Amino acid sequence: MIDFCGIELAHPVINASGCFDVLAARACFGEELIERFPFSAYVSKTVTLAPRAGNPPPRLWESAAGMINSIGLPNPGIEGYLDEHLGEYAKLGVPLITNVMGSTAAEFVALLAALEDRSEVAAIELNVSCPNVATGLDIGADPRGLRLLLEELRPLTQKPLIVKLTPNTADVGACASAAEEGGADAVSLINTLRAMALGYGGKPWLGGGSGGLSGPAIRAVALAQVASVAERVAIPIVGMGGVSSGADAAALLEVGALLVAVGTESFRDPAAGARISAELARLFAENAGS
Amino acid sequence: MSAPFGRRVAVVVSRVELGAYVVLEVADDATPAAPGQFYMLAAVERWGGGEDERPFLGRAISALAARGERRVAFLLEDVGPGTRRLCELEAGDDMYLVGPLGRGFVPPEDGQEALLVGGGVGIPPLAMFQEAWGGRALLGFRDAQRAPGASLFDNPEVATDDGSVGHHGPVTDLLDRVLGEGGEFVLYGCGPPGLLEALRVRALRHGVAAQLCLEAPMACGFGACYGCVVETTEGYKRICVDGPVLDAAVLV
Repeated sequence: MIDFCGIELAHPVINASGCFDVLAARACFGEELIERFPFSAYVSKTVTLAPRAGNPPPRLWESAAGMINSIGLPNPGIEGYLDEHLGEYAKLGVPLITNVMGSTAAEFVALLAALEDRSEVAAIELNVSCPNVATGLDIGADPRGLRLLLEELRPLTQKPLIVKLTPNTADVGACASAAEEGGADAVSLINTLRAMALGYGGKPWLGGGSGGLSGPAIRAVALAQVASVAERVAIPIVGMGGVSSGADAAALLEVGALLVAVGTESFRDPAAGARISAELARLFAENAGS
Repeated sequence: MSAPFGRRVAVVVSRVELGAYVVLEVADDATPAAPGQFYMLAAVERWGGGEDERPFLGRAISALAARGERRVAFLLEDVGPGTRRLCELEAGDDMYLVGPLGRGFVPPEDGQEALLVGGGVGIPPLAMFQEAWGGRALLGFRDAQRAPGASLFDNPEVATDDGSVGHHGPVTDLLDRVLGEGGEFVLYGCGPPGLLEALRVRALRHGVAAQLCLEAPMACGFGACYGCVVETTEGYKRICVDGPVLDAAVLV
C-alpha cells in the first residue's frame, strides 16, 4: 500500500485527468473494465463551474511520437458532475480525485465548496493551466499568484489539494515551491506542452488554434521537470508525461515521484495502466532480488 | 455485447489486393462486429518511425466482415503513414486490435427498402449491412483502380468519377434516379464527407430517413479523448461512442 496524502492506494499508477472516461469505457468494455480496473485511483476530467461544450473540431493532430489535443475541457459543470457522474465514479472501488478548474479564485472557491460535503471525493486536483483574465498568464505559471491562490483555498477544505502544474513556465520548480508554501498537499506534473500544427494554407489545424502536446515526445521533458520539482519540495509528486511502460514509470519514481499517471498511452491501449503497473511491479521484484 | 477490455494481439491470416485496396483478414475470437462498428488497428512491429515519425495512434477502421469463422476483415487504402503500414502487413504478421467499438446501423423495418450508398474506402460497413440484412447497393469510386471494391457486394450499381467503370459521374446521380422511381426507402451511407452531406440533404428533401456512418481521426475509439466530435442538434457528439452511425436528422 502507498500512502498518498493520507489516501491508501494499492499501487502507484493512476490516470492523468482527461485521459480516461470511465463511463464511456464501461459502455464499450462492460464489467471487465471494473474487474480489471487499471488505476489505483481515478482522476476525473476537469470540472468547471458552468458546463462547457469544448472547442470546435478538429481537436486532434498526430505529431511525431505523440499528439496535440485542443479539446477545450468539455464537461457538464459542477452541478451536472455531482448529479450525473459522481455516483457512478464512486462504484469504481478506488479513491476518486476530482479535477477542477476556475478562471478566477472565486470560481475555485465555489468549486471547493460544492465538493466539500461529498464523501465520495477523496482529494481535489486543481487545474491551474487556465489564463488569468488580468495578466494573460496561466495562473499556475506565476509563482506568486499560485501561492496566493493556495493560501486562499487551503483553509476552505478538509480534502487534500493537489496542484497540477503547467510545464509552460520559466521555472517549474519555483511554481511547485510556491504551491507548497501556499499549502498544497501534493503536486502533479507535467500537463501538456503548448503546441500547434499548421493545416492547409498555413492556417492552424486545430479548431482551438493551439493545443497541448502529449505522448512519448514529452517524456524526457517530464523527467527533467519532475526531477527539478523533487529538489524543491517535500510534498508528494505525481509524475506524468509520455509514460508508456513500466520502465518509464520507474524513471519518474527514481527522480522523486510517489505516483505515476498514465495519459496518452491509455488512448493506444485502454488497459495500458494495468500493463504499466504490472511491469513496474516486476521491475521492483527484480531489483529487490538483486 | 462488450468488446474485450484492452488492446489484444491478433494474427493476419490473409492479405488480398483488390485494385488499389487491400483486404486483410485477421484471426479473432472476440465478439463479432455488427455492421457499422469499427476497430482501432495498429501494427505490432514498426508502428512509428515512418514519415514524420508517425504513425503513433491506432487507426479507426470499419469492420468489413465478421464471418463467424473467428475472423474479422478490413478494407484498407494507403492514404497516410498509418494506413500505409497496415497495408504492408502480410499473413503471419501481428496486429493490435481494440474493438468492436461504436454503434452500428439499425436495420430497416418491414416494408422498407434499404438503399446502401457508399463511396470509396467507406464501403465496408455497407457490405456488412448487405450480407446481414440485404439492400440495394449504389457505389461510387474515383476510378477503375478502386471500382473493384464493388465486388464485395451483390448486384451493385457503380459510378466512377472518371467514367472508367459504370456511370460517369457521382454516385448521387444513381441515387437521384432511384429516389425518383419512388418507394419506401431508408438511406444508409458511408463515404467521404461530401457524399455524406449530399445524402443528408437528399434525405431532408425527400423526407426519407438516413443513417450515416461518420469518420474522424480518433486517438482512442472508446470515448476517452473527446477528439472525434461532430456538431449535432444536441451539441457535440463523440463519433466513437455516440456513433459512428448517426441519424442524418441530428446532423447540422
